[in-house]
Amino acid sequence: MMLQYLALAAILFAIGVFGVLTRRNAVGILMSLELMFNAANINLVTFNKYIGPDNLTGQIFATFIIAVAAAEAVVGLAIVLLLYRNWRGIDVDRINIMKW
Amino acid sequence: METEVSQTIFYLLSFIIIISAIYVVTLKNIFHSALFLILTLFAVAGIYVMLHAEFLAAVQVLIYVGAVSVLIIFAIMLTTQLTSRQIKQSNEQVTLGIFVCAGFLLVSLGSLSKTVWRIVDRPLPENNPLAMGKMLMNEYVLPFEVVSIVLLAALIGAIVLARKEGA
Amino acid sequence: MLETAYFIPFYPFLASLLIVFFTRWNEKLSSYLSIGMVLTGFVHAIFVMAAMLSRGGLPLEKIIPFVSHPSLTLELGMYIDSLTAVMLLVVTIVSGCVQIYSIGYMHGDPRYSRYFAYLSLFTFSMLGLVIANNFFMIFIFWELVGLTSYLLIGFWFEKKSASDAGKKAFITTRVGDLGFIVGILILASYAGTLNYQQVFEKVSSGALAPGMITLAGIFIFCGAVGKSAQFPLHVWLPDAMEGPTPVSALIHAATMVAAGVYLVARAMSLFVGSAEASMVVAIIGVITSLMAATIALVQNDIKRVLAYSTVSQLGYMIMALGLYGVDFAHGHHSAGFTAGTFHLMTHAFFKALLFLGAGSVIHAVHTNDIQEMGGLSRKMKITSITFFIASLSIAGIFPLSGFWSKDEIVATTQGHPIFMVLTLLIAFMTAFYMFRLCFLTFTGRPRNEEKYHHAHESPRSMTWPLMFLAFLAIFAGWVGLPWLSHGFSSFVFHEEVHHAGPQYLLMLISTIVAVSGIGLAYLIYYRKQISADALAERFKPIYTTLYNKYNIDEIYDAVIIKPLLGLTNVLWWFDANIIDGLVNFTGWLTVKWADLKQWFDQYIVDGAVNGVGYVCMAGSWLFRYLQNGSVQFYTLVVIAAAIGTVIYRATPTGFYYYLAGLVIVALARLLPRIFNIRDIDTEPKAEN
Repeated sequence: MMLQYLALAAILFAIGVFGVLTRRNAVGILMSLELMFNAANINLVTFNKYIGPDNLTGQIFATFIIAVAAAEAVVGLAIVLLLYRNWRGIDVDRINIMKW
Repeated sequence: METEVSQTIFYLLSFIIIISAIYVVTLKNIFHSALFLILTLFAVAGIYVMLHAEFLAAVQVLIYVGAVSVLIIFAIMLTTQLTSRQIKQSNEQVTLGIFVCAGFLLVSLGSLSKTVWRIVDRPLPENNPLAMGKMLMNEYVLPFEVVSIVLLAALIGAIVLARKEGA
Repeated sequence: MLETAYFIPFYPFLASLLIVFFTRWNEKLSSYLSIGMVLTGFVHAIFVMAAMLSRGGLPLEKIIPFVSHPSLTLELGMYIDSLTAVMLLVVTIVSGCVQIYSIGYMHGDPRYSRYFAYLSLFTFSMLGLVIANNFFMIFIFWELVGLTSYLLIGFWFEKKSASDAGKKAFITTRVGDLGFIVGILILASYAGTLNYQQVFEKVSSGALAPGMITLAGIFIFCGAVGKSAQFPLHVWLPDAMEGPTPVSALIHAATMVAAGVYLVARAMSLFVGSAEASMVVAIIGVITSLMAATIALVQNDIKRVLAYSTVSQLGYMIMALGLYGVDFAHGHHSAGFTAGTFHLMTHAFFKALLFLGAGSVIHAVHTNDIQEMGGLSRKMKITSITFFIASLSIAGIFPLSGFWSKDEIVATTQGHPIFMVLTLLIAFMTAFYMFRLCFLTFTGRPRNEEKYHHAHESPRSMTWPLMFLAFLAIFAGWVGLPWLSHGFSSFVFHEEVHHAGPQYLLMLISTIVAVSGIGLAYLIYYRKQISADALAERFKPIYTTLYNKYNIDEIYDAVIIKPLLGLTNVLWWFDANIIDGLVNFTGWLTVKWADLKQWFDQYIVDGAVNGVGYVCMAGSWLFRYLQNGSVQFYTLVVIAAAIGTVIYRATPTGFYYYLAGLVIVALARLLPRIFNIRDIDTEPKAEN
């Protein structure tokens, strides 16, 4: 049973990675990032239940992850807003000045 | 004590999660993909409940679905170009991305199956919120306080970043 | 004073140095300095003579050795004997007279001070030559004399004939010096020493092989042949008349040419060891004398006549010394040594007087050609009188000094009948040509009115030396009167004193010969009873040959000079074309090599450098796509690499599949874009 949960988390994570690599819209990238966070959370909680159920460390950890992910999403979206302001769009393919 | 019911619910929830996630990463309409994100997050909360993490499920719904998703939708509204249909939402790395992700899946699933897990069958504490609250206030009080600082910093940072120039 | 006799050469040397470095710009001071030093030398020489006389001719020698090697010692030293003392006096007197004369003669010359510096240097060289005590040292001064005579002959070097004459003198005497060096080397290697006394000791004791003595003698005589202008190296002396007349008087009458005679006299102990060498000496002497006398009969240039006369008289001295050597080698003692040296002394005085007188005439009429002169006695009293006195002396008229010395020479030829006949013939010719010169120059009607009109007597600085020398020309020979028991012959002698009493027969014969010579000249040139031109016509071929000096110069030119010049041309051609060609070729080669290197540098090296860049640029197209600025791409690479690492750790073979898959997918994405087959993912026209 645990394996199923873990497999689910793995698939979710892979989908999140795919989204990060593929999306053009900056907000889309952030959404994919949230998927990855959730996948990690599922993993933690699974381990908490099946391997270390004596205390709730996994769940606490997941809580903190949620909090920090929220904070990070806030800042990230603020940056996206700035991007939008400066580049008249948030197509990250056009924002390719980090090269020679 | 995995009953048939729980198995079925699990499969149903995981089906929802996976399909929604795929929609999240592939839809051209970013708004739609945000909505599917919300659905995914809901389903993940359901998974948490199945894993006896009720408090976490509540937190998930409150924060992720309630705040973060709304935030994302706000951002979409503020930044999107109106006629977004013609714009491709996926860049040219799709095939490579699929390949890499497939590779990742193979690696992780393979390692998952090959690992010897030391599964324990003890029950979790009964009153989940109580136990969580106890832990938060006793052992994990420091991270708890720090996280509040982090949230404060994020707040201030976002405001600073996003304010209008000259304001 | 005798001990410090080596000071004597240094007085004029000091004068020369001071003039060159300090008083060049003050002409009067230069001349006074030079004359003063020579007169100091003269005074010192008088003391030396006095000391010598008191010692009765005992020689004094001082030595400073500086190379002492078992096989050869070289030294510097002083050897004063009676001969040296006489030579010191002669040289200083004549040099002093010439220098005083030069004040007037060289007045106004732009290089006046240099002239006196040269004269002093020459005097130093000559004095050093006579006091040397070994062959090495005499050779040093020999060369110095040669050098200074070159400088003085070519003094007016702007005239090509003068500089040529200087070169001719130097080179011709150099040929003689070559023989001299060989002679010195023979002595050095076979006798082991060059000191006079040691060499003579070896000769007389028989330590040297007779053949060697002959060879050494002949070669050393070569030096004398060159320096004293004997046949066949006499050709430089007439040309040397290009120099200023006082120079001719000093060098070519009295001193430098006398150096050869002095050398033979000094080395007499060597010559007496070999009858063959001495005979060679005598024969060369008489041939020279005869030849020069015949040439002098027909010359028209005053100085040429005097020059050939000098050669002739030197031949007399050489012949006398040679005959002495022959006689001594055969056992009996003749008067030759005394005769030769005595004549050397008297000749110095009257020949110097003749040259200075000629210079005075030339100074007055500005020409050397006697055909343009005539009747000058009316205008130049002192010059003409002293000239006549000197001519009488050289002709050998009683009781002037020339009579006594010439008589001694005639006496030497006793026992050698051919020599005696030739000697008397030469004496006849000497008298003839000298008085021809006198009559044509000073008597009769002037042949060139213009020049005659401008002629005037010379200034006192020029006439006083003439008078002094005339005095000597009359009385200096009286020290050699045959009736004297303590005269010249008891002072200057070789081995033992030779007292031949007066031989009245000989004196009578030589006087007749001389007077008849003068008489013939009188008839032809004064009384004009026999026409000179008619004689010249009748003996045209002889006349022409004599006039052209037996064409010896031309012979030398054709036989020696032209081939030598041809050789130099060949060598020049070789040097200019082959060696310079080599050098130029090397230069051309270097330039071509440089061109090659430039080509190499430009195309290959630069090509390599550029090629590297080109390869980089060409090869970078692939890698350019790795840095496209897209963060997502970077992320993809990172994740792919991380996964690849994990796969590699897990299944190495699986990794290769993974890698292959990546490459295929990447190429599938990239290649179409490169070849522009299909525009994939072009940016749609973004509408905002």
